[in-house]
Amino acid sequence: MAIEGQRKHTLTALVQDRPGVLNRVVSLVRRRGINISSLAVGHSETPELSRLTFVIDGDDYSVEQATKQLYKLIDVVRVSEFAEDQVVARELALIKVRTTAASRSEVIEIVDIFRAKIVDVAPSSIIVEITGDEEKIDALMALLKPFGIREVMRSGRLAMQRGQEILAQREKSQASSNGPHASAPTDYEGA
Amino acid sequence: MKLTGAQMVCESLIKEGVDTVFGIVGGAILPLYQTLPEYPQIRHILCRHEQGAGHAAEGYSRATGQVGVAWATSGPGATNLVTAIATAQMDSIPLVCITGQVGRPAIGRDAFQETDITGITLPITKYNYLVMEASEIPRVIKEAFHIARTGRPGPVLVDIPKDVLTDLAEFIYPDEVDLPGYKPVMDGHPNMIKRAAKLIAEAERPLILAGHGVSISGAYEELKELAEKAQIPVITTLLGISSFPSNHVLYTGMPGMHGMAYASLAIDEADLILALGMRFDDRVTGRLSDFAKKAKIIHVDIDPAEIGKNVSPTVPIVGDLKRVLLQLNDQVQPKTHPQWIKEIDQLKERHPLVRAKDSDKLLPQHVIQEITEATNGEAMVITGVGQHQMWAAQFFRFNHPNLFHTSGGLGTMGFEVPAAMGAQVGRPDLQVWSVAGDGGFQMTMSELATMVENNIPVKFAVINNNCLGMVRQWQQFFYDKRYVATMYTHNPDFVKLADAFGMPAARVTERSQIRAAVEQAMAHDGPFLIDFQVEVEENVFPMIPAGQSTTEMMEDPIVEGAIWR
Ligand SMILES: Cc1ncc(C[n+]2csc(CCOP(=O)(O)OP(=O)(O)O)c2C)c(N)n1
Repeated sequence: MAIEGQRKHTLTALVQDRPGVLNRVVSLVRRRGINISSLAVGHSETPELSRLTFVIDGDDYSVEQATKQLYKLIDVVRVSEFAEDQVVARELALIKVRTTAASRSEVIEIVDIFRAKIVDVAPSSIIVEITGDEEKIDALMALLKPFGIREVMRSGRLAMQRGQEILAQREKSQASSNGPHASAPTDYEGA
Repeated sequence: MKLTGAQMVCESLIKEGVDTVFGIVGGAILPLYQTLPEYPQIRHILCRHEQGAGHAAEGYSRATGQVGVAWATSGPGATNLVTAIATAQMDSIPLVCITGQVGRPAIGRDAFQETDITGITLPITKYNYLVMEASEIPRVIKEAFHIARTGRPGPVLVDIPKDVLTDLAEFIYPDEVDLPGYKPVMDGHPNMIKRAAKLIAEAERPLILAGHGVSISGAYEELKELAEKAQIPVITTLLGISSFPSNHVLYTGMPGMHGMAYASLAIDEADLILALGMRFDDRVTGRLSDFAKKAKIIHVDIDPAEIGKNVSPTVPIVGDLKRVLLQLNDQVQPKTHPQWIKEIDQLKERHPLVRAKDSDKLLPQHVIQEITEATNGEAMVITGVGQHQMWAAQFFRFNHPNLFHTSGGLGTMGFEVPAAMGAQVGRPDLQVWSVAGDGGFQMTMSELATMVENNIPVKFAVINNNCLGMVRQWQQFFYDKRYVATMYTHNPDFVKLADAFGMPAARVTERSQIRAAVEQAMAHDGPFLIDFQVEVEENVFPMIPAGQSTTEMMEDPIVEGAIWR
């Protein structure tokens, strides 16, 4: 059940690769009473910096607070929130489906419709790889469910802003205006 | 030249200007201790409990503005530091705590005296480190001090395994830190400064609410300049006390739960609040929806996360308070508000702070009053937590900045003994008074031994009401006087106790004896304790119950001829 005022927010944090950084970020968000529904971590375009993408549920106030608190972490270089309509979001899933000689072709047909891939075939199961937004993956899983889903691995959401703007530019231009700390989502100039 | 990890720790501390460390030995930190004799520049004060060492380092830092340093061994030594670290975190006190850790091969195996102290302190430090290579020590210590003392200050913990302390590595101390994610904003945004100056020019009933940021950034003179130039009355928060001269005509006291009624009422009437280096704590604001309803708010803080956290400001300014005030003072025009000042004077008249009963009994308020008069605004005062803390906040007067220190954010009982010790070590030129509760005193009194051993001449005023007074007051008001677990049936004899520690002491049971005892303490060249056996059922007024507002404020009835205001 959705709590009033709550919605999904996609945030990315550019962080220094230091021991415990993931722990710091996750523990901070937890302490502010915010639930992380998806989290993905990987290297960024800059060596020694990683990018975390996470989806959190919360009202605007608590998300803004979380963002400002994230900024306070020494290892966090930049936090950005994506507007849902300006973002390309993808998730990767691996799904192990039970198959029999009789059902295999039907499963393959469904996989083809979703432009997913079969990456492993065994006598009684296959592994399907699919990339897409969460709804697409949910839809495929719903169709595969009657055959028997034995195992699922989902990567969590990765997100990137549409168009030519890149995070590094946003990071730079905001840093020069009033320093990275003051350029957290609340616009202090306009407040 | 190659040095051991332990030598590198000492070399790095010296580079950072450290001259005093508070601590206790143990297995994992032993290599560091065994190296200390090579570094006579570092004074080590052997405490009796690591919590004491931590608070002493805090007291040292609060009194001097320098980074305080405490260290401890692994496991229980490290966990004993936790309360002091949390206290420092809540009050933005720069602290570097160094803990020994079990050797690297033993980490993660539940080895003897192993605790995950970086995990434990993650949410209560500004940053922390587990150092896994001796070669990293110089960089880590450089960063630790930089992080602790810049921006919004706070505690940093450095955990070093025993074998890292004995490993050899080249000692190269970096000139600079490289922390791309950490660049505190120092100057206020020019547009915001302009808007703030405009609001000040337009305001008819402006009020300054000055917090801990004033003393942290050293903005005492700048605050005074702003207040005088634009004739703005100044209220100080608990941690802002002594950031503005108490005898100044514009001084308007402390607001909030146990603040002066006139200060809280003035906030209700203000049309502009300049919140300077304060964070709108719930003890200050009461019910948020009723707080400063008629006022626009200018909020200056170095921590962007404080802006909009509890109160949405009209003009937010992120920056170092001193720098922001310098910018602001440039643009603010001289102004007067005679009508407003008159109204505030009337509030002070109608709601005087002290309605001290003219009683022969020994009242805690009398004790604080007489120490105030005897020390004449020149002493440094450290308090514990509870009723005595609030009376101290209400009645002490200070002529200079940075003379009043208390555990504000965490409200840590027991702070009063070791923090006073650390403050006295940092400021040997001042007389330091510890205004202690009999409850809090008993939590950390083992440090009396440390003070006698090192002749640290703190004067202790134990406000002995034979109970956990503040909680007893809540029980009296909100639980029909059901005094559960607040009344002591046997307190130790504090005079004998002091004697056992080797400290002279006096007992005061009557009002007429206060002054002589205080003067005896002041004249004694060394630590001294006074056991003030005060009335039990005295209450702190005014009181705004938690989560309520000035309409629910309880005041003592006015007593004609109340002695002091
Ligand atoms: C470490 C700690 N434990 C418990 C409390 C809760 N508490 C707040 S005030 C208080 C009573 C303090 O008694 P005392 O030190 O004698 O001072 P008094 O209020 O009597 O002046 C207590 C128990 C606290 N603040 N800190």
